[in-house]
Amino acid sequence: MAKQFNVALIGNPNTGKTSVFNKLTGLNQQVGNYPGITVEKKQGICKLDRGVKAHVLDLPGTYSLNASSLDENVVIELLLNKNDKDFPDVAVVITDIENLKRNLLLFTQIKDLGIPTILTINMADRMKRKAITLDVAVLEERLETKIALISSRKNEGFDTLKQLIANYKNLPVSPCLNASVIAPEYFDRLRKAFPKQDLYKLWLVITQDVNFGKLDRNEMKGVASFKTESSSNLKRLQQKETIKRYQFINDVLKETLLIDKANAKDLRGRLDRVLMHKFWGYVIFLGILLLIFQAIFDWSSYPMDFIDSTFASLSEWTKNALPVGAFTNLIAEGIIPGLGGIVIFIPQIAFLFFFISILEESGYMSRVVFLMDRVMRRFGLSGKSVVPLIAGTACAIPAIMATRNIENWKERLITILVTPFTTCSARLPVYLIIIELVIPEQRILGIFGLQALTLMFMYLLGFAAAIVSAWMLDKVLKIRSKTFFVVEMPNYKLPMFKNVGITVIEKTKSFVLGAGKIILAISIILWVLASYGPGDFNKAEAIVQQENAGTNISEEALETKIASFKLEHSYIGHAGKFIEPAVVPLGYDWKIGIALISSFAAREVFVGTLATIYSVGNDDVETIKNRMAAETNVKTGEPLFNFASGVSLLLFYAFAMQCMSTLAVVKRETNSWKWPMWQLIIMTAIAYITALGAYQWFK
Amino acid sequence: MTTIASLKKGQRGIIKEFSVDVVPLKLLEMGCLPGNEVALVQTAPFQDPLYLNVNGSHLAIRKETAAQIEIEIMK
Repeated sequence: MAKQFNVALIGNPNTGKTSVFNKLTGLNQQVGNYPGITVEKKQGICKLDRGVKAHVLDLPGTYSLNASSLDENVVIELLLNKNDKDFPDVAVVITDIENLKRNLLLFTQIKDLGIPTILTINMADRMKRKAITLDVAVLEERLETKIALISSRKNEGFDTLKQLIANYKNLPVSPCLNASVIAPEYFDRLRKAFPKQDLYKLWLVITQDVNFGKLDRNEMKGVASFKTESSSNLKRLQQKETIKRYQFINDVLKETLLIDKANAKDLRGRLDRVLMHKFWGYVIFLGILLLIFQAIFDWSSYPMDFIDSTFASLSEWTKNALPVGAFTNLIAEGIIPGLGGIVIFIPQIAFLFFFISILEESGYMSRVVFLMDRVMRRFGLSGKSVVPLIAGTACAIPAIMATRNIENWKERLITILVTPFTTCSARLPVYLIIIELVIPEQRILGIFGLQALTLMFMYLLGFAAAIVSAWMLDKVLKIRSKTFFVVEMPNYKLPMFKNVGITVIEKTKSFVLGAGKIILAISIILWVLASYGPGDFNKAEAIVQQENAGTNISEEALETKIASFKLEHSYIGHAGKFIEPAVVPLGYDWKIGIALISSFAAREVFVGTLATIYSVGNDDVETIKNRMAAETNVKTGEPLFNFASGVSLLLFYAFAMQCMSTLAVVKRETNSWKWPMWQLIIMTAIAYITALGAYQWFK
Repeated sequence: MTTIASLKKGQRGIIKEFSVDVVPLKLLEMGCLPGNEVALVQTAPFQDPLYLNVNGSHLAIRKETAAQIEIEIMK
């Protein structure tokens, strides 16, 4: 069998690059991160003829090799580093037939690096509809490459593409543009200084501000001296390079591409008139948002109830089936409820990414960005902040990563800082249980349930907090950055079911494996801390029996007393007691205090923690909610979860930065601890103060 | 100065020279080049941002950027 070789898929955004990747690799793919950064790294294996296999890397979408974001840096760092294990033996540049002119810019740049390059023209099935004719043979000749005309929708042309990939060694590697034409004198000097190097490569090393740490230092030594040109002069040369490339592309396409505009069907114009209408455009967007929320809250409640009851009975069954002992308890009370706490989020996350990926695939998301930009700008945000804020209702982590395409640093930073205010799915279980406990089950006007309205209010509160704090940050932050905003308005496309499905599976998997690990680990640690303790803990039976000696107490009541004595003297009990003075003014006791601490890892741990704390040593089948309702305040004798303490808890969770993973992502995306630390301090302060105010007011 | 920002809906123009210091390279790469044709497809409410067809590419930019790009309106 031949040695496996590397293929890199490169292309502009919206060219269907991901569909090509999915078609080439099937489900035989792996999604991870590039080391140290949160850029998604997608790779897979493509089976070619005669048992040959190619390793395929799907590089982030980029408009050119002049990188301006983390995602784009990844592309150029790989293409300039021959020693990288992923360095492509062959590059496949994906283009869209309807945007061929613009897409070819990147193609000429890749080809000029001396890498064998195949030109793949996607969406060929639309040529007839759009009255486009293309002379493939002449185009191949002019660009000195091989072309695969494909359609991922109709599944056409992939055999040709695979054959071209397999025969990559026959591809010519001559450049499209002689770099010298950009500035003859400057490039002559460069050539004399580095006779062995590719000129365009040198030029990229000079102009691109990326990490060249891995490049061969000796070969590239002295390149820095060519940076001494003023930066605006270098920019002017880059501009000239772009113009020269377009001149070349225009010349080539004049001979080969013909668009008969009179016969083209104009779906874009007709859809735009409705979807981007000054009034109806917003009505439609609102309707879509309502549909998404309906799916997340209503439709997903059925699978969630099922998951909930399944794990509850699984835990019960385990307890009965396995021999009594510490190990059984760990499984039944620590691990199984912990796993249940992860699985329960799958329906919501899946629904959310299902809708987001449909909106993105169809080209509608860009229209939303366009419609919302002016409104969002009033609050220091960008139209592109809409996507992170919507995605934030699932999880702040992918949402913060989605801010990368915001060009303006100040707008991007503000979006990152306020996104954690939006009500993520981890807050939902906390809200649900508290609302059910403290908000009466009434209907207003016979239709709207009071509990449902409260939940909706919590979501609106999250958005309001995000918007208002964005507005304040805009006033406070003194960052000067050039306002610049450009968004491509892609063609409307019917979303491809396979792509949507793969996105949903990938995102859900990364949630379960990423956040899930933390949740499970914490559930287990908590169970251990609550099941063991120092000093008096180990003499619980003796102490409680002695205290109650002579009284006429039933066996059962004695057991309960022992259990609560144990919890109070366990390790976790000591920790809770320690912070009790800080949480009593908010209406909480030491048990809720423990839940607050542990849920710093992830909010949803709150419910799991209470479940662990209350069920430890308690064998009844009472559900967690009934157990919470039965809790009384030691001082007043009234229920611990009443309206005042409930509202206080809701507000605390609405505003507090209770998520380690989000802080870690903010650190990575802003490249400093400064911003996540401020975020933590300010959000916790807001949470504490509003919770304190609410409890003292309603008490 | 006539710029992209002065275009009316449906009107077309030819891009003239512009300064690299104010117009980002990325816009050039998306087809916004001197000599190319630009048409205003649509504006968002409050006339901002602008939805353009430049050289066959569809893109949206803000009015303040558009006001930096000088054009000659085609009759």
